Amino acid sequence: MSYKIIVLAKQVPDTRAVSKDAMTPEGTVNRAALPAIFNPEDLNALEMALQIKDANPGSTVKIVTMGLPKAAEVIREGLFRGADGGVLLTDRAFAGADTLATSYTIATAIKKIGDYDIIIGGRQAIDGDTAQVGPQVAEKLGLPQVTYAEKIESLEGKTIRIKRAITGGVETVETKLPVVITVNGSADACRPRNAKNVMKYKYAQTPSEAAQKPTPYAAIADSKPYLKIEEWNNATINADLQQCGLNGSPTKVKNVESIVFAAKESKTFSASDADIEGLMVELLANHTIG
Amino acid sequence: MNNVFIYCEIEDGVVADVSLELLTKGRTLAAKLGVDVEAIAIGTGIEGVVEKQIFPYGAKRIHLFDAPGLSPYTTLPHASIVCKLFKEEQPQICLMGATVIGRDLGPRVSSALTSGLTADCTALEIGEFEDKKNQKVYKDLLYQIRPAFGGSIVATIVNPDHRPQMATVRDGVMKKEILDPNFKGEVVKHDVSKYVSQADMVVSVIERQVAKAKNNLKNAPIIVAGGYGVGSKENFKLLQDLAKTLGAEIGASRAAVDAGWIDHDRQIGQTGVTVRPKLYIACGISGQIQHIAGMQDSSLIISVNSDPQAPINTIADYVINGTIEEVLPKMIKYFKKNSK
Repeated sequence: MSYKIIVLAKQVPDTRAVSKDAMTPEGTVNRAALPAIFNPEDLNALEMALQIKDANPGSTVKIVTMGLPKAAEVIREGLFRGADGGVLLTDRAFAGADTLATSYTIATAIKKIGDYDIIIGGRQAIDGDTAQVGPQVAEKLGLPQVTYAEKIESLEGKTIRIKRAITGGVETVETKLPVVITVNGSADACRPRNAKNVMKYKYAQTPSEAAQKPTPYAAIADSKPYLKIEEWNNATINADLQQCGLNGSPTKVKNVESIVFAAKESKTFSASDADIEGLMVELLANHTIG
Repeated sequence: MNNVFIYCEIEDGVVADVSLELLTKGRTLAAKLGVDVEAIAIGTGIEGVVEKQIFPYGAKRIHLFDAPGLSPYTTLPHASIVCKLFKEEQPQICLMGATVIGRDLGPRVSSALTSGLTADCTALEIGEFEDKKNQKVYKDLLYQIRPAFGGSIVATIVNPDHRPQMATVRDGVMKKEILDPNFKGEVVKHDVSKYVSQADMVVSVIERQVAKAKNNLKNAPIIVAGGYGVGSKENFKLLQDLAKTLGAEIGASRAAVDAGWIDHDRQIGQTGVTVRPKLYIACGISGQIQHIAGMQDSSLIISVNSDPQAPINTIADYVINGTIEEVLPKMIKYFKKNSK
């Protein structure tokens, strides 16, 4: 049987690349200095979706992402690697959302898509590390959830078996579709871009991208519907604005501090034999080691 | 009503350390608020087994849910119980471990109760919050404090209007302290069938393999930890040699784990294990707050780094300026020479 799969993906600043240059003189984070990337575990999720598609001909993979208009890049990247389509959720009303408001918005969009069997996302995004959006989307859709997934063991009809990481081990669970799965970074890495797909989708754009910077293919985009990335705002998904963005966020940031550690009086040594021997003798003498 | 609730994780009849740590923290928070701390225990065959583990930590009440199908943990029955119990009991604070279970259950519950949840807190305090926009002052809120944005900043999160205020905390972040070994509270036995429906049993566990922890990082007296500056998987052997010589455990920063040089279960920091050894030797670790949050309480910190400006040097007691290839073999050599 074929399956309709939705992949939840997020464009994130590469927080692994936070360096001194990424900090402003005031000590705040200069987001613009960080490259925007496809959230790593969402790539694992995309791979899991593509493996289901490979094993079940006729299946489709649709990427759903919420973010700035620029986040269409994530959908294009997904198309290059084998996805069939995507929806970008972008609206000022979605801004400032905590995980609950984000989940509401994504779940509302998924309800509009309507027809799905499996929803897969990364376990967590590297800019927040919360791991909350997947389970919250599952709750809002009234679906079971399987978090920390590593591998689909089997999928027959509407019954799925999934191996997942747990504290100190692994377990295999079985449930019925539809289901929400969040994928652990220990799952298979995502396949690279496929050259044919890159050719096909190179000029895929959202309507606002097309309006701002039309590609050479804009004129014929109407005859090639796969070049149109869907772009939805709060009106498209008929969202309750009280539940979106800052309004819909029960958690508020009270304050943010950049980190200043109380510097200790540290003793500095060189790598010379004399210095290191001196240090080891000191540590042995005060019984820190030995 | 309006008490502080701790969800207790139970594996094979044993209450997880993280839950006992949170009972300890919950007790302090409850005392500040003038309320009680209560525990939730859900499982199969846990009655008469878990009470004596939980009460010494000062829980005034244990909400006990003991029925077939509740162990091992699956999301939906545990979420249904917690949600329904919270509607009855109206807790003001709920804490869970930032474990595989807590991070699966917490968001499900917070979504159902639209309560908000802060993941992986490194500190919890009680304080007030002024909502300048609405000119409203809230007293006695839970400050949910966590590093954010790759650890370059620390954010204090509050949850002014929704209850319970929910937070998860990683294993080892809070200290575990018995209040009184003979403390006895009340056990409230609940009728599970009133909380769980058949529809909640849609996910079944087919197979389960849990091994005892492969390392003893959390309790190791000496830790040799490597970061991105180690440079390669091969270079980690230098750390292993030093660890073997000193009788230490190996740890790592997230960057080294992400690079695939070392197992994930050896990651130290906000998203890994929190450690308090008597000696911490940081090799090629730059010292992002994420990492420092997990090791700053070490009694003695040595930083081996070729960059004299590495942030970790500011919290180190001893700084060795040099590469690990140069320094580590010398540490081994002079330890051996002088310990005889």
